[in-house]
Amino acid sequence: MAEFPEKELMNSGHNACPGCGAAHAMRYMLKALGKNTTVNIPACCWAVIPGVYPSRNLEVPLLYTAFETTGASSSGIRAALKKRDDVDDAEVEVVGFAGDGGTADIGIQALSGAIERNTDTIQVMYDNEAYMNTGIQRSGVTPEGAWTTTTPVGSKGDWKKQPKKEMMEIVESHNVPYAATVNIAYPDSFVEKFKKAKEFSGPRFMHIYAPCPTGWRARPSDAVELGRLAHKSRFFPLFEIEHGKYNIYKEPKEDEVIPVKEYLKIQGRFRHLPEEMVEKIQKRVDTKWEQLKKKERFTQEELYE
Amino acid sequence: MSEYKIVTGNFASAYGARLARAEVVSAYPITPQTEVVEKISEFVADGDMDAEFVKVESEHSAMASCIAASATGARAYTATSAHGLALMHEMLMWAARARLPIVMTNVNRAMGPPWSVWADHLDTIAQKGSGMMQFFCENNQEVLDSILMAYKISEDEDIMLPSMVVEDAFILSHTREPVEIYDQELVDDFLPPLDMDQKVDIEDPKGFGSLVMPDWYMDFAKKLEEAMMEAKDKVKEVNKEFKETFGRDPGGLIEEYKTDGVDVLMITMGSISGTSKDVIDELRDEGHNIGLARLRTFRPFPKEEIRELTKDVNVVGILDRSYSFGRAGDAAREIKEAIYGYNSPLVKNYIVGLGGRDLTPEVLELIMEDSLELLDEDPDQDELDPEVEWVDLRIDRNKWRR
Repeated sequence: MAEFPEKELMNSGHNACPGCGAAHAMRYMLKALGKNTTVNIPACCWAVIPGVYPSRNLEVPLLYTAFETTGASSSGIRAALKKRDDVDDAEVEVVGFAGDGGTADIGIQALSGAIERNTDTIQVMYDNEAYMNTGIQRSGVTPEGAWTTTTPVGSKGDWKKQPKKEMMEIVESHNVPYAATVNIAYPDSFVEKFKKAKEFSGPRFMHIYAPCPTGWRARPSDAVELGRLAHKSRFFPLFEIEHGKYNIYKEPKEDEVIPVKEYLKIQGRFRHLPEEMVEKIQKRVDTKWEQLKKKERFTQEELYE
Repeated sequence: MSEYKIVTGNFASAYGARLARAEVVSAYPITPQTEVVEKISEFVADGDMDAEFVKVESEHSAMASCIAASATGARAYTATSAHGLALMHEMLMWAARARLPIVMTNVNRAMGPPWSVWADHLDTIAQKGSGMMQFFCENNQEVLDSILMAYKISEDEDIMLPSMVVEDAFILSHTREPVEIYDQELVDDFLPPLDMDQKVDIEDPKGFGSLVMPDWYMDFAKKLEEAMMEAKDKVKEVNKEFKETFGRDPGGLIEEYKTDGVDVLMITMGSISGTSKDVIDELRDEGHNIGLARLRTFRPFPKEEIRELTKDVNVVGILDRSYSFGRAGDAAREIKEAIYGYNSPLVKNYIVGLGGRDLTPEVLELIMEDSLELLDEDPDQDELDPEVEWVDLRIDRNKWRR
């Protein structure tokens, strides 16, 4: 294992909630990518976390942008860097850093455009599974069964009825050279995968699992534990796709795997779920896991060898 | 070497961006702007223009990437029209508030429904509060000239505001006229490379556009307005320098055509001005004391110039190629507001040419005769009926034909 980078590019003093997974995400990402990084951030929690004018807690250039523009903004930065005489643009990593709504809902068009154009950029979705900055409204990436302020359960059981939008698959269908899921509960592999992403050029996509204790109605001290349970229950599998080849990493051993129920039960946002819904979620997780395993096998063995 | 080419307004835009050495171009196709992006694509493909052309998936992304490119220190250009401009609306606001010197062409086209691809100014006028400067052009040469001037004005360290150069759909965008394509060295002297103090830079990391509390926001807004006011002098100054360098005078904030001591002043914007000037000449030959002023900049709005021009005028006839529903044409509304408390000519507003309706010399002459009649009748403003007249509607065509 490579040494964990000591250099901090995110300073102390931020506006995140206690236990914020997104705060970890930025910190670890910048440790991996280093100072030759630009970050463009749309409307999201991270539009507020760096601090209110004139404060700012990042040691890299930070361009705030409109909600739906992350991919396009990264394209613009990259295009301009290519024209700069004082910059070796190949030495600069251009990162678009957006939440799940900004990436998968309102920003999906700009993301699709940027990666289809083969823009040299890392597009990051830090996934806290709802519009958290505006007060916990459902996004397309909110998991099935969750309470949010716009899926308020009520007396009619009106929780989020649709499964989580699968951004890794959507991105993969654009034929990007590299995409990976990472989890803030595992800083070593988090940093390792970002460093790996940095070795590629062209469009890369990183899906960060970033628990939000505030929005998930969990204890702030459980943020990292939530990450571990999501991983062990296979609710959020860790995998990467390199030129079409799937690779599951940090795979939980069979005897380590826990029921999804263990993950759901420490979150208030799932507390209303009847037993049959928990079973349904478990079934979906199992199916998705099987699919992922088959994709891995197919792309590693049959398709490419 | 400078050379004349017979080109459309769209090609004039593309040549303008090329002569200005735009470094990042980001655009999305829309009728009737498409030739701009096609021509620039050719320039880039042939190595005649050293630009990064980001072929985005929407107009919103076009302006978003121009904003990011400009914030990273590149001279950025885009072009669009009507629905594309409306889709950009959020980012136009953003470009202005981020104080980025982006220059764009907007080909004026009507908003649907019903679908129309023809000339209408509402798309541009609807962005009047965006914080972008707006330059309305009369002909294709002015389109090219205005792009060069717009960069110089926008990039001035006291201004730092984006600009919109406006050409009428088809009447300019698809009509070929002789246009002087200036010598590149001359343009380079007039418009040196962009050099921004504050930009996205890994050696000097800064944050751009962060959250501010109410205790700050209003002061930033006031600074934008101060830049807009400063831009009025800058437009005149750059216009003068342009004339000295290239021998052309596009007219600064407002072009005056035979306005000295007139009784009746017509005010126009955009391509109808050329035909209107011919009609003015005819009427003056017939002995009528009538002149014309052409608004070049709708933002910043030349209120002082308007006051001066209307000081001794009895009737002002204002032609608007757009309509602000529930009120009037916007040029008329703004001109009235500018002169309130200063001068009190009779003001009549003519709504003309929406959705590309043809404005023939005949119709323009009838409009001007209508204003001249007001001079003889001398009604009070509150007796004007209608005060805002929609010209050449199908229902009363006879009125607008000899």
